Amino acid sequence: MQRYFLSKIGQSLLLIFGVLLLVFVMVRVTGDPAALMMPRESTAEEIEAFRERMGFNDPVTVQFLRFISGAVVGDFGNSLHFKTPAMPLVLQRLPATVQLATVGLLMAVIVGIPIGLIGGFNPGRIADSLGRLLALLGQSVPNFWLGLMMIIYLGVKLRWFPTFGRDEWKSVIMPAFVLGLPVMGQLVRLTRSAVLEIRGEDYIRTAHSKGLELRTIYYKHVLRNIAIPLVSVIGVQFGYMLGGSIYIEAIFAWPGMGGLLEQSIGWRDFPLVQAIAVFTSIVVVTLNLLTDITYAIIDPRIRYAR
Amino acid sequence: MPVENATVTADSLLDVERTWKDRLAYLWRFLWRDRGGLVGLIVFMIVVLAAIFAPAISTQDPFEQNLRASKLPPAWDEGGSWEYPFGTDSLGKDIFSRVIYGTRVSLMVGLFGVLIASILGLIVGAIAGYVGGRLDETIMGMVNLILSLPYLLFVVFIAAVLGRSLLNVILIFGITDAPIFARVTRGEVLRIRQSGYVESAISAGARWPRIIFDHILPNLIGPLITLATFEMSRMIFYEAGLGFLGLSVPPHEYPTWGNMLAAGRKYLTSYPWMATFPGLAIMFTSLGMNLLGDWLRDVLDPRLRRSRK
Repeated sequence: MQRYFLSKIGQSLLLIFGVLLLVFVMVRVTGDPAALMMPRESTAEEIEAFRERMGFNDPVTVQFLRFISGAVVGDFGNSLHFKTPAMPLVLQRLPATVQLATVGLLMAVIVGIPIGLIGGFNPGRIADSLGRLLALLGQSVPNFWLGLMMIIYLGVKLRWFPTFGRDEWKSVIMPAFVLGLPVMGQLVRLTRSAVLEIRGEDYIRTAHSKGLELRTIYYKHVLRNIAIPLVSVIGVQFGYMLGGSIYIEAIFAWPGMGGLLEQSIGWRDFPLVQAIAVFTSIVVVTLNLLTDITYAIIDPRIRYAR
Repeated sequence: MPVENATVTADSLLDVERTWKDRLAYLWRFLWRDRGGLVGLIVFMIVVLAAIFAPAISTQDPFEQNLRASKLPPAWDEGGSWEYPFGTDSLGKDIFSRVIYGTRVSLMVGLFGVLIASILGLIVGAIAGYVGGRLDETIMGMVNLILSLPYLLFVVFIAAVLGRSLLNVILIFGITDAPIFARVTRGEVLRIRQSGYVESAISAGARWPRIIFDHILPNLIGPLITLATFEMSRMIFYEAGLGFLGLSVPPHEYPTWGNMLAAGRKYLTSYPWMATFPGLAIMFTSLGMNLLGDWLRDVLDPRLRRSRK
């Protein structure tokens, strides 16, 4: 058990180091970082001065050591746009992104799992077909486009929800719905197929032949067993939502990390871009680690299989 | 769905003795039974045909600006004309023609992206699955780690660093998507290696090239085609997203759905049709390819069907 956890933690640390390496290589080695970060109309002298100031003229190994030793203490240099350290700017935006992802995930779970259950218990019926259609739509509709359409119709025409920002509780509804929609589709499919699979297991047949009430079978045997795969998928999806809200935050001007990423790309503010990429990865990797550990605790089969 | 019947069809498809005509007949019967697959196939064909015959279908030159005809609404709205069926954008370019031409970039990104990803993934996954042992553990450990990263974040990050070009977009998707192909290939190779027919081929004295090319590769085609369909749909989706953020193909080079969405976003409240139609095109394509993928999975991979009953 302990060895399993330790190896998982080791893998996560390795992955974060890999992310740092990737970010460093992409920005410093694949091209000229000074040209990347300076405005397009800058003169050659300005770029040269900037390069000297940022230390881009030093040997790559020196730069890498500097980058890593900064990253360990959360120092990614100053944002070029705000002229203040990049990391605190990212941390400021974290609560908004977490709120958006949490509400989106809740919506997806509340809608997706019941629909999946209904479909799984009544395969082939109309409710099942409708559920599958909904899942298909949820996974096929481009969510950034759906966001635009909701702004036009629900925001501007009907005035039900505010179209941008995070000023009142209603602000979160549209972006969270759009962000949660693909997850909802996936949860419908997954719940449905998990129910179908478990219904075919021997122990369910035994329960039926013992004459147990249907309700007991569903609650005690089926629901408990689908909970295990669902927990892991929900954990992973939450991570994806935290890292994948860029489009949605940009559309709704949601003041989270994704929106900041979009803006900082526009400003060519790469210290800030780096800080967002690394920090979001750390959050997602930590979440995945927690999911793995929870999973191992709920389901002893995972632990003993190693 | 009648499982016994379906198994017969799937086996027959892979049966070497059958003629192409027989196989097509089986495919057609299977298509007819699963209407979703039929719809998906038709949608996919429409998109492909639109890309090929774009110059013949479009009503206007997609690049031509006509300021006198700018910001026209769709034909069925007041003030629209059938010369510009979906209306025009802020510079008077015909939205219908641009949506039609947009299929080209989308399909190109999807096709070449999947091609690169599947070749890379096939090589890595096949080595891991065939050699096994520590090498397999190391490779799959890395693949699983990479897959646990926030995908979209890194695609956006890499695209922002490399700059806008069609080649960059294709390479980004081709490389970042390879781990998924590697994982599926490795799983399939492991399964095939342990199957009776590979064992009997080895005991009959077949050498590894023969085992790989005669036994393993043909059995990989089914699962990989299914995966490729889903991944292609995903790449088309993400390419549009990159375009929306201004990180895909530069707008003066080619009309793309993502760039059109980005341009339409500026006029969202006053001229909503500029963003509506490219989005509908993405949805249509994505829906069709997902249906096609579901169907292919049923036809080509009878093992996966069990969970769907």
